[in-house]
Amino acid sequence: MDVNDRIVADLVKNKVELVTTVPCKQLAGVIDKIEDSKDIYHIPSNKEDEGMGICAGAIMGGKRSAIIMQNTAIGVTINTLATLIQYYRMPLPMLISYRGELGEPVACQVEMAVHTKALLAQMNIPTYHFHKESDIEEFDKILQYTFMCNKPVAILTDATFWKGY
Amino acid sequence: MIRSDVIKSLLPVIRDEFVVCNIGLPSQELHMMDDQPTNFYMLGTMGLSSSIGLGLALAQKQKIISIDGDGSVLTNFGTLPTIANNVADNFILLIIDNGSYGSTGDQPTYAGKKTSLTAVAKACGCENVVECQAEEAVDVMTAALASNKMTIIVCKCESGNIPVPVITKDPVTIRDRFMDALAAANG
Ligand SMILES: [Mg+2]
Repeated sequence: MDVNDRIVADLVKNKVELVTTVPCKQLAGVIDKIEDSKDIYHIPSNKEDEGMGICAGAIMGGKRSAIIMQNTAIGVTINTLATLIQYYRMPLPMLISYRGELGEPVACQVEMAVHTKALLAQMNIPTYHFHKESDIEEFDKILQYTFMCNKPVAILTDATFWKGY
Repeated sequence: MIRSDVIKSLLPVIRDEFVVCNIGLPSQELHMMDDQPTNFYMLGTMGLSSSIGLGLALAQKQKIISIDGDGSVLTNFGTLPTIANNVADNFILLIIDNGSYGSTGDQPTYAGKKTSLTAVAKACGCENVVECQAEEAVDVMTAALASNKMTIIVCKCESGNIPVPVITKDPVTIRDRFMDALAAANG
């Protein structure tokens, strides 16, 4: 199964019914599949903290949600993660394109890449790093884990995982 | 009328509805005047009342009222296009526009100067946008609830605050009782 189809299938299997996205070139394929899915309500956000607000609402409305965004968004969402998602103990899978890793052509992306894992660690956010395509095998379990522990959980997906920039 | 007067006047109309209330004084005022499980108080995260309310409205059938402020909408301006393009007819966004950042000491906002949030909401594509004065809030909210149409209300009022205690309830308690009430209403 194509990796994008696998991501959508695992989200559906884990009863994720609302997904918000802010685009990244690496995520274009999976965002298209989310949009096409009849089981998932796709709501593009203008900014990632806005998206997390929508996810928080959906969670309280009884629907599991997820956010798909770029790692630069960690810089945008620290406050929302601390004072909304973590403070009110909400589960939130965050599928994150890990820009600025091996294969990155845009130098500025490295500037946030070097902070990404440190910021997530500082926030006590469980973090997984998908580097090889076979790492997708863990996605289902990571989703189960997220909804078990009611925490935001980060899945960083780098250029090698996506087979190039 | 100031914001707390607007909220007080609305209590009989919104008491039986599910309400997401903006950070700071609006939540503290609602909490002091009419605390109940159907109120979700934001204890942090300025700007996201409208986003949380939209997510709630899209996820289930009960009516959701987000009480927001002009300063918070300016902080999260991207919310208005998202609301306009994801219509939830069980969603009412009440922007209490006092032209100031009330919770932080009434510093003026641009909404109190040249910027019209009503015009912005319309330009973003929101279809039912009603601007009213504070004295009209009850009638406008009653009509919006009866319309079963997603409605954005921009309620103009004077700036100013009353003394209110902070909310000391645990966030998980606030969330949990709100979710229980909502789940019960949805059956
Ligand atoms: Mg204000």
